[in-house]
Amino acid sequence: MTEDMVLPAQHNPVTVGEPLLEVSGLTKYFPVKGGFPIRRTIGHVQAVDGIDLTVRVGESFGLVGESGCGKSTTGRLITRLLEPTNGSISYRGQDISHASRRELAPVRSEIQMIFQDPYSSLNPRQTVGKIISGPMEINGIEPDGGREKRVRELLEIVGLNPEHYNRFPHEFSGGQRQRIGVARALALEPKLIVADEPVSALDVSIQAQVVNLLQEVQRELGIAFLFIAHDLAVVRHFSQRVAVMYLGKIIEVGDREAIYTRPRHPYTHALLSAVPEVSLTDDGDSAGRERIRLAGDVPSPISPPSGCRFRTRCWKAQDKCATEEPPLVQISGNHAGHLTACHFPEDPTTEARDEDIVLDPALAALEEEG
Amino acid sequence: MLRFLVRRILGAVVILFLLSIVTFLLFFGMPRDPALLMCGKTCNPTSLANIHHVLGLDKSIPEQYWIFLHNLILGSNQFAQGPCPAPCFGYSYHTNDPVWATMMDRLPTTVSLTLGAAVVFLIVGLGTGMVAAWKRGTLLDKTVTAGSMVISSMQIYFLGPLALAVLVYQSHLFDKPAYNNFTANPVTWFSGLIIPWVVLSTIFASQYTRMARSSMIEQLQEEHVRTARAKGMSRRYVFFRYAWRGSLIPIITIFGIDLGTLLGGAIITEYTFGLPGLGRLAVESVQFSDLPLLLGVMLFSASMILLCNLIVDAAYAFIDPRVRLA
Amino acid sequence: MTTLTKDAGTPAPADAGAFLSVRDLHVSFKTEDGVVRAVDGLSFDVERGKTLGIVGESGSGKSVTNLTILGLHNPQFTTVEGEILLDGQELITARESELEKVRGNKAAMIFQDPLTALSPYYTVGRQIAEPFMKHRGASKRAAWDRAVEMLAKVGIPNPKERAKDYPHQFSGGMRQRAMIAMALVCDPDLLIADEPTTALDVTVQAQILDLLKDLQQEFGSGIIFITHDLGVIADMADDIMVMYAGSAVERGTTNEVLRAPQHPYTWGLLNSMPRLDSDLGMPLNPIPGAPPSLLTPPSGCRFHPRCTFQDRVGGTRCVTERPLLAPDRASACHLTADQKRTIFLEEIKPRLA
Repeated sequence: MTEDMVLPAQHNPVTVGEPLLEVSGLTKYFPVKGGFPIRRTIGHVQAVDGIDLTVRVGESFGLVGESGCGKSTTGRLITRLLEPTNGSISYRGQDISHASRRELAPVRSEIQMIFQDPYSSLNPRQTVGKIISGPMEINGIEPDGGREKRVRELLEIVGLNPEHYNRFPHEFSGGQRQRIGVARALALEPKLIVADEPVSALDVSIQAQVVNLLQEVQRELGIAFLFIAHDLAVVRHFSQRVAVMYLGKIIEVGDREAIYTRPRHPYTHALLSAVPEVSLTDDGDSAGRERIRLAGDVPSPISPPSGCRFRTRCWKAQDKCATEEPPLVQISGNHAGHLTACHFPEDPTTEARDEDIVLDPALAALEEEG
Repeated sequence: MLRFLVRRILGAVVILFLLSIVTFLLFFGMPRDPALLMCGKTCNPTSLANIHHVLGLDKSIPEQYWIFLHNLILGSNQFAQGPCPAPCFGYSYHTNDPVWATMMDRLPTTVSLTLGAAVVFLIVGLGTGMVAAWKRGTLLDKTVTAGSMVISSMQIYFLGPLALAVLVYQSHLFDKPAYNNFTANPVTWFSGLIIPWVVLSTIFASQYTRMARSSMIEQLQEEHVRTARAKGMSRRYVFFRYAWRGSLIPIITIFGIDLGTLLGGAIITEYTFGLPGLGRLAVESVQFSDLPLLLGVMLFSASMILLCNLIVDAAYAFIDPRVRLA
Repeated sequence: MTTLTKDAGTPAPADAGAFLSVRDLHVSFKTEDGVVRAVDGLSFDVERGKTLGIVGESGSGKSVTNLTILGLHNPQFTTVEGEILLDGQELITARESELEKVRGNKAAMIFQDPLTALSPYYTVGRQIAEPFMKHRGASKRAAWDRAVEMLAKVGIPNPKERAKDYPHQFSGGMRQRAMIAMALVCDPDLLIADEPTTALDVTVQAQILDLLKDLQQEFGSGIIFITHDLGVIADMADDIMVMYAGSAVERGTTNEVLRAPQHPYTWGLLNSMPRLDSDLGMPLNPIPGAPPSLLTPPSGCRFHPRCTFQDRVGGTRCVTERPLLAPDRASACHLTADQKRTIFLEEIKPRLA
């Protein structure tokens, strides 16, 4: 269905590789109310706590992490759906961290968002045509040949029938709705798309269709992506560079190769080893990969651990980890651009270890017996 | 929990305070001079000014409000009619009786009417609603649902006179509605209120039936209810232990509002059955531009609603540990 | 799972053969739009101590099947036909009171979202103790002690105190552990786990999956593990049944189904799923189209509108004739065994490397 894509020519060419979006020290605290007798702010959910990242022109940058790590909040800060508490967001050199609605308008059309839930993110009372032409209308853009022609073009690009212009969202399946979401994001010819878990609500067979579509869009139209997802395999497939988040911090960032085959941060190791995989070789399941089982869940972002936030679940943690927050730096042995925030990094391999790391007490006990 | 209650009570005081200000301003916004009513036929500017002075209406509005607050909290000996201990709402312009005593005189009627009816409609409403939910889809369920729909669409000023005509005036099965003191004679107290109770609770019960049924059915579809069944717990056990508890939450919310409103004066019911309760007092106070009485009834009704809300919130905490331990 | 021996009604010997056997199960719902055939002719077996993984997408009938086993469907709108034998006892025709004795006792369930699947109104300890009191006739005290013991077993730290907590005071992973404790409290022979880790984070999922495997060793239960995630199923299951649009399209041991899959739908699933070691140069190879509506399922092979191998079968067989699923290692597809083998080796497997 995507073979005969109609791709419009690129309008303002930008050089691939130069920074498009630069974020530094980005912070978002959500107040927690409580107290007596007058309710007041008694603490903060430190959803995002001082992260730096750069998305370059035309690249796909992946942001992975478990729930509560702040990856979705980051996406919403960058699209300015949320107001940052601190730090700066600059888009093509222009600081937009606290830009007003009016100042933001030209930038808004260049940064678009695709949401997770294709059911709640489309207005059920609007036709597909209206939904997709919405961004053009708001920004007063009148493309050559009119909006309707452009919408039909967009429908074709995302693999939908242009004749379905007048249908309503409920007449489409989940995967098709997500295509509508993509078409809407493409309507203004954006330079950057923030995709927040764009495929996680879809069935496996449909996921692949949407991932392929996004990949084609990214490559053919040269759009940069901030791809936010919890599925490590999907992120690997889609992103050239990847950042791993834990409790509001980026703990490791690097190109795909570095993160997936030469990870240094213990959390990245744990995360990768936890992914259940279909092994296609005949030597037993998940042979050859290291096995790390952490204890418990992620701590509360209201009172995160001091120093390194991962230390409470880390097998390598020492006193230093509690007192000193490890900086995100290129540690010895890493390639350029591969940064890790860890005092005691792991070896750069995901090969099985001599002994599994099992921190979960119940598992350890049961495996001891067995 | 205690902290929660204290916070809510403080909040309620603030609301009452604001409400009294609003009532004050609204009253003086009315294009009517209460003194004119008292002045009578022989009114001349001198006597009118005199009345103004006696009532304190010649003072500025903030000053009058200040005096009102002062009297309310500390009481007053300034009134010509006699001493007025706290909470002092002053004396009625119209009857010259102390407002507080008048309200306390009317209160038993309203409380008897409301609480009596509330007990009946809550029990009957929840009961039939749950039976309908238990027997969902059967003829019984459909009958109950249709019946409660019909009844709840009726109004008190229709059902009330109908009941009076049929049950009292025609067949003489029941006594004419009246309020008799409970402590003096419980039997006449009961027989005088039975018709109002029946009519009021019939209308309310039908609403509670529908609410209880839908709330129960909703709860029965909750996943944790399915889990309880997957554990092998019997249908009855699951119904009463798992589903029922959750189904109460929306019901008490509405019950708190209904009870508070009724305690503040069931105006139409009281008029329909000729019962002298707080609702009638409220109407009279407006009719006669009786500022002290109006303020008294307004604040009293508001307190009742706030009190019921407070009880509802406490009930949430009792039912749902997520509220209690949050 | 691989045995298909016993006659209906004959109780299975204690630890040989299938503990659960489902034969030709049909489940349909009456809805406003018509009759939904959610499960359409399904047969399978589960042995004690073994795990059967059921994999399928939303609407494949995998969850409905398992609710039906324990009679948790709404009888008012549901028609169930076929045969479900649990330890020799027929469950479809069983009375509610008999089913109650089975549920939570011989067969227990774990649900997807532990936050909504546990009651917010009762302590975790009480919810675990309840089935033990009901099925074992234990006293309150004894049942509570058992609940604490179970919490310790599933790895809840400080179980004596935590048993007094309510579910909302637990973290997501802890809640699912409590759920497992609740399911295992009566030492059931069959455990049905319906997407038990889908709502969890990946590191927590890994803990829970390992915990389930280890507990299975200790309790010896048979497990039906329902999931949409092939990776999870590869990790958990001894045998796999792949479901599509209400029926099984392929079954076999985990090795057979994942390393030498025979059905075009299974190929499609494997090809559309990115892996941590898959080739980055190639785009994913998704299954075209979307799953069918079960109100008006396609004729013949349910998968034919999305199948790219129809022309290899030739004629209109795929459209007119429904392929059957033989017992044991089998796939419901009109392609010949040779075709299946060569297509997988020559066209599917290279894409997976």
